[in-house]
Amino acid sequence: MIGTLVDGLVALFTLLGSLAVLVAAVGLLRMPDLYTRMQATSKAATLGAILVLIGTAVAFGSTAITVKSLIVVVFLALTVPVASHMLARAGYVAGVRMRDPNAIDELDGRYEVSTHRLLAGRDVEKPSTRD
Amino acid sequence: MIELVCEIALGILGLSLALTFARLVRGPALEDRALALDMISTTSVAVAAVAAVRYRSSVYLDVAVVLGLIAFIGTVAFARYLERGEKQ
Repeated sequence: MIGTLVDGLVALFTLLGSLAVLVAAVGLLRMPDLYTRMQATSKAATLGAILVLIGTAVAFGSTAITVKSLIVVVFLALTVPVASHMLARAGYVAGVRMRDPNAIDELDGRYEVSTHRLLAGRDVEKPSTRD
Repeated sequence: MIELVCEIALGILGLSLALTFARLVRGPALEDRALALDMISTTSVAVAAVAAVRYRSSVYLDVAVVLGLIAFIGTVAFARYLERGEKQ
């Protein structure tokens, strides 16, 4: 009885997780520009990996393995946002554009690319056009 | 039953690896390729976790831990390199 329940939970988590990873991969392939692709992979893929790891923890049911999968879950949740933020900033500095030319760029004229300084308030004279 | 489910999940994860690889080949910017590499390592963590269940061996979970570490360091190194390269 308990065995069937555990098996069902493991199957649910594993399948849900791998489907989330598949959705992330489709998003990575189909999204129109770097920034939209980035939000597809950094959220959906992390969710998928975390769900699969929870499934693994349930499947073994021992403390050591649960702790080990929890370590991976916490580590992923901490590092993936940092890594994708750094990658997005590298793309912005390198001048990768958004697909829609009329999209609002809040950083336009407020960010010194060479020094990574964020200008605020009266430092900004006029929004320059960043082409 | 668990074996079958794990094999289906491994198939789905393999399909998403193939789709990610297509983005890695197509680019267009270097940042897109770095993003695809990051996604490949996240998918590999999931593959290692499913393999741990499929083969009833906790060794694969150590693989997942190490892959997670390598993925972070690799992506940060790529991002630093891409930013530095544009500066001059």
